[in-house]
Amino acid sequence: MEKFYTRMGDGSAIELSESELKRDLEEGTKDAAERAKIPPLSEDDLRRLLDIYKCPDKSVGVERGKEVILSYDSGTTKFNRANISVSRLQSLQLYERALGADTMEMGHMDYSYKPAKSIMWIEQPTLEQALLVTIPALFYGAMPNLGLYTQPDGPCSNPMELIPQGKIPEARAAQEEMVEHAVKDMVFVGSTMYESGADGINFDTTAAAGDAEFLAVLRAIAILRKKYPQMCIEVGMSGEFILGMHGGLEYDGVRLAGLYPHKQLELVEKAGATIFGPAINTNTDESCPWNVARSATFAKICGENSHIPVHANVGMGVEGIPVTLTPPVDSVSRVSKAMVEVARLDGL
Amino acid sequence: MHITHSIASGMGGMRTAGDLVGRMQMSRGMKIKEAKEYVANKLKVSVADLADPIVMNEVREDLDIGRVNALPRVSKGIDAKFRIAKLLDIEINCVNMFKDRIGKKMEV
Repeated sequence: MEKFYTRMGDGSAIELSESELKRDLEEGTKDAAERAKIPPLSEDDLRRLLDIYKCPDKSVGVERGKEVILSYDSGTTKFNRANISVSRLQSLQLYERALGADTMEMGHMDYSYKPAKSIMWIEQPTLEQALLVTIPALFYGAMPNLGLYTQPDGPCSNPMELIPQGKIPEARAAQEEMVEHAVKDMVFVGSTMYESGADGINFDTTAAAGDAEFLAVLRAIAILRKKYPQMCIEVGMSGEFILGMHGGLEYDGVRLAGLYPHKQLELVEKAGATIFGPAINTNTDESCPWNVARSATFAKICGENSHIPVHANVGMGVEGIPVTLTPPVDSVSRVSKAMVEVARLDGL
Repeated sequence: MHITHSIASGMGGMRTAGDLVGRMQMSRGMKIKEAKEYVANKLKVSVADLADPIVMNEVREDLDIGRVNALPRVSKGIDAKFRIAKLLDIEINCVNMFKDRIGKKMEV
């Protein structure tokens, strides 16, 4: 029986027969559909995914004419993380002139709004210089990172210490206080960098700390949209499901805990964002075909329901990309193709 | 990983018209189909040509809106963005600020 080379969600190589591939694709889409109460992928979509995974080529790509826009998170920090000795401005020129980037993003090495706030005076001239010498649109980005607002690094009590003690009201109050601080910081940084010329602001890894963090970002978006009607605001999520670390928070009458991507999108749109980036967690115990079918199911309904461009997160550990620091080209290129041709998104 | 996505599904940035289509998503919130059609119409090329580096290199040279291999005496950086703003009929934040800084609303 012919076997097809693919990988598990942790990146380890496996071989599956055609029937095993079909089974994983069907079970992946079924898992997403049941969890989020959304339609599974159609027979045509599953057939297309099967073709993608049966293709023996190391690298695959979208059909000519179906290319999409790429946007980035943590753009300039990636060269530094790889210990490449280039400045942020040089990093942006590499993205622009060597890597074919459609848009670009600059961020502080700590990549969170709270630490960025105190060094805006040094971020502004760097951004202004970059804007003078580069051509593609340039975001300033960072993570909301609500965890930075807890003691001893921040002003608020730590909900993760209060919850195990049964101090639920105190944990909730602490999170509500953290939201207020985070909104101020995000609006300050977003305003400052937009007024230095940035084309847009990116909220990356949104809701990593749960529903309170999602609320903070939604409120910050609404304030920035009102202040700057022309500003591009991109929201990249951190996971497929809003964790109810508070449990009782709402935005515009909608409870935030437990929202799946298509419901996250509705609120992000309502708050005033320009681009939405769903993030679907990769399950390391399942195969890449299973993970990609599942991710495409979540992402496709976002693309169909949205009035704004949808750029899926396709970095390490999300959307079916294996959870490894060195994601293999065979896995990454298949996710890229699937998100465009099956989920029919506007960008990645 | 970026290189893989860029080759597998990206438009190609300044090698093609990827940066221009990206600007329409960012400035007008256009979905990919609408953004490509808008840019193709402004550039007077087909939608398929937008991601073709041979066609687009010539188009970008003719319009002087910046190319990867920048030659002497052609638009680079902010001056290319002045031309892109006018070509696509969009507001570019840093271009407007540049105009403000030099004290007048320049026409290009």
